[in-house]
Amino acid sequence: MAGARGFEDWLKPDRTGLSCEPGGFRIDPSRAVPRAVVTHGHSDHARAGHGAVLATPETIAIMKARLGSDCAGSFQELRYGETIDMGGVALRLVPAGHILGSAQVVLENRGRRAVVSGDYKRHSDPTAAPFEPVRCDLFVTEATFGLPVFRHEPATREIGRLLASLRAFADRTHLIGAYSLGKTQRLIALLRAAGYDCPIWLHGALKPMCDLYTSLGVGLGELRLVSDAPDKLPGEIVLAPPSALKDRWTRRLTDPVTALASGWMRVRARARQYGVELPLVISDHCDWPELVQTIAETGAEEVWVTHGREDALVHQIGLMGKRGRALALVGYEDEEGE
Amino acid sequence: MRAFADLLDRLSYSPSRNAKLRLMANYFRATPDPDRGWALAALTDGLPFSFPLRRTLTDMMARRMDPELFRLSRDYIGDTAETIALVWPESAATSLPSPLRGGWREAPGGGTTEPAALVATPTPSPSPQGGGEPVAQAGREPPRIAAIVSELSLIGRNDLGAKLETWLDCLDATGRWALLKLITGALRVGVSARLAKTAVAEIASVDVDAVEQVWHSLAPPYEPLFAWLEGRAPRPDVEGAPVFRPLMLSHPLEEADWIALDLAQFSAEWKWDGIRVQIVAGRGQTRLYSRTGDDIGQAFPDVVSGFNFDAVLDGELLVVRDGRVASFNDLQQRLNRKGVAKAQIERFPAHIRLYDALMIEGRDLRELPFAERRATLEAWHAKTRPFRTDLSPLIAIADKNELRGLWMTTRDTGIEGIMLKRRDSPYIAGRPKGHWYKWKRAPLTLDCVLMYAQRGSGKRSSYYSDYTFGVWRTDAAGRDELVPVGKAYFGFTDEELLAIDRWVRNHTVESFGPVRAVAPELVFEVAFDAAQKSTRHKSGVAMRFPRIHRIRWDKPAAEADRLETLLAMIEG
Repeated sequence: MAGARGFEDWLKPDRTGLSCEPGGFRIDPSRAVPRAVVTHGHSDHARAGHGAVLATPETIAIMKARLGSDCAGSFQELRYGETIDMGGVALRLVPAGHILGSAQVVLENRGRRAVVSGDYKRHSDPTAAPFEPVRCDLFVTEATFGLPVFRHEPATREIGRLLASLRAFADRTHLIGAYSLGKTQRLIALLRAAGYDCPIWLHGALKPMCDLYTSLGVGLGELRLVSDAPDKLPGEIVLAPPSALKDRWTRRLTDPVTALASGWMRVRARARQYGVELPLVISDHCDWPELVQTIAETGAEEVWVTHGREDALVHQIGLMGKRGRALALVGYEDEEGE
Repeated sequence: MRAFADLLDRLSYSPSRNAKLRLMANYFRATPDPDRGWALAALTDGLPFSFPLRRTLTDMMARRMDPELFRLSRDYIGDTAETIALVWPESAATSLPSPLRGGWREAPGGGTTEPAALVATPTPSPSPQGGGEPVAQAGREPPRIAAIVSELSLIGRNDLGAKLETWLDCLDATGRWALLKLITGALRVGVSARLAKTAVAEIASVDVDAVEQVWHSLAPPYEPLFAWLEGRAPRPDVEGAPVFRPLMLSHPLEEADWIALDLAQFSAEWKWDGIRVQIVAGRGQTRLYSRTGDDIGQAFPDVVSGFNFDAVLDGELLVVRDGRVASFNDLQQRLNRKGVAKAQIERFPAHIRLYDALMIEGRDLRELPFAERRATLEAWHAKTRPFRTDLSPLIAIADKNELRGLWMTTRDTGIEGIMLKRRDSPYIAGRPKGHWYKWKRAPLTLDCVLMYAQRGSGKRSSYYSDYTFGVWRTDAAGRDELVPVGKAYFGFTDEELLAIDRWVRNHTVESFGPVRAVAPELVFEVAFDAAQKSTRHKSGVAMRFPRIHRIRWDKPAAEADRLETLLAMIEG
């Protein structure tokens, strides 16, 4: 276990997340700490109350919009590819492909390199800079979809199914449940890329993040609020947070076809449990083949699995001749499974 | 196969009948022969095969996947066939062959990336082509459903595994799931044969009965049926075939009908509590059709074996023991099965109580008045004495008072009410007005307390529309407690639903996912047809066909009924 000892004196999991002692910072800590490096803006990774936050400019903008401009004592922006010295540890942020601004944290110390990937994916996403694999000695990965049953369909195919349904049921509203940060904007961008140029209607809770994406240069086309709708929106696409799919709010729509965009929709029992009529397998997390391929591409001998379904992935890492370790970090939820 | 798989996938998630009809009708319009005909056969349970797959599948996966990863996957999904559909390694032919990359710049217009199949490959490495592109098996078209069915009809069980593997290799996850369903012969996507035929009828905007009338003269893949519905060929010839003739149905007897009723014009019979059937026998062929035209003969060899005559008869399928009609519950043990065990036949012997004849020995009786058909049936039955049948007796009644008295007092097991049939009516398919009346006996009612409310599905998914209710009993400590006795989700108007929904939201004491427990304060007057003993219910009793009769906003919950009252209503 020389490799593990080689890292544990400067990078180790503790109750608040991953801690880099010589650098004096923690990555995505689950509680307020003096110095945090934040991989992306989802609320389980980006929390309020830290003394100082280091993140990409986009992530900082997202944090300020969601948590308030005073949600941390100070902010330090670091662009993709720029390197900064943190107490002798060289730190660099590299695109993770998860959502706008999401980053992997690349750390170098005493000739060894660790990559903390945060949440990431490899499937195409018009709203996020694509994941860049970085060769390293230690790779820290999530495992939200860490079972061979999870293989996300190409997102364009799922969008094609949605548009086909819209043609078959042109008299019904198509109501899609999507998380407010990331998934919503990706869906809109995918629809636009597929040539859908009608207005897309939003539940009020989705508007702030769409506005932010637009201000950061991500084109989303014409968006309108359902509360401003002139009628019950037959044949229109409406996006709402998943929690609103069965809310009384839906009574203002025309016999909605409910859809949910999530990696969990791959599993029939799960899709039925949510009661959706059109499950769309669109995820912002890696599926199983992406996890396995990425681990191989990094060349890492040591792989730590932060959260998710780690048993199968740790087993697979063993089959690949590497050392795998489940950290079982607490506090990370999964925004696709709400 | 792609279109059929997508159809099954959508059907399995669509709760609404209208949505299902539209999905199927669209499919039947857009899909060529003979594929759509085989799809129709699959949806109407008419495929000429069904293979048990468990062993084959397990053996196949053992050669393809690390056993530990398969075990973890299987445990998570809970179903072997679905697990295999999900984990089956994919070749490039089933996915778009772009390299494993995240960039949109390289793939304008939303290019897709489908990573290589890396399930349990011990050391994944980029393939010789580089870029992580999977080993291509390009040019493999997914098989058509007609090709799959024709091979499956000929194949032996030992050769199934190899064939299955080649098919699975060129399908996507939904296609693999649908293929495995097709092979096991049970689709289970919430579509009845009747609904599939209704969708077919929509092609030509004709009534489903028009399809039923020719259905049993045809066989998969039903090309003459589609040709006829699309106006390319005449109606299929049903002469001499043991086809289903649509039934003559009755109307509920309304107050105005009762007042206008001239009893001298009518015959009265008991309304039996079984299921309506049509027997078609002759020229060595026998059929036992349900009221919707499904042939259920396979499940009832005990009655069908006695059909050695030439007639088309109308009657009620019952379980009869020692001359006594058993409860509907007993009959249910024999329904919705493909076959039947000998022990079941002995425990629940089937019987047909005849009440009308459409044809006897080649003579079509349908134009004759009921009284004449009945006399012909009686004479023929006395002469032929078919096994396990008898005649539904006519009830002699002097006047309306006597009839009303009978209706009010008769609660025998097996009797659901009274039928009134006009003596001069011909046998008219459908539900003609003024000929046959059903006068269901008055329902039982009970005042119950709402305990749990569950969200509905489809149009009702934002409403708490499914209600579990209970009645009072005394617990071991001598205190009163509610015990659930039934569940109902209809019987109320839309306005009432809105009001109950509001009440539920304001009186919730606990939530469990889609279910809310409410304060025990709202009383429903529940109507139901019968009470039956049940080991599956905590209360020991089950209601037959419960519905919300009235909402008793006014009634204090403490005054609702007690379990003893319901137990006393159990029949038999």
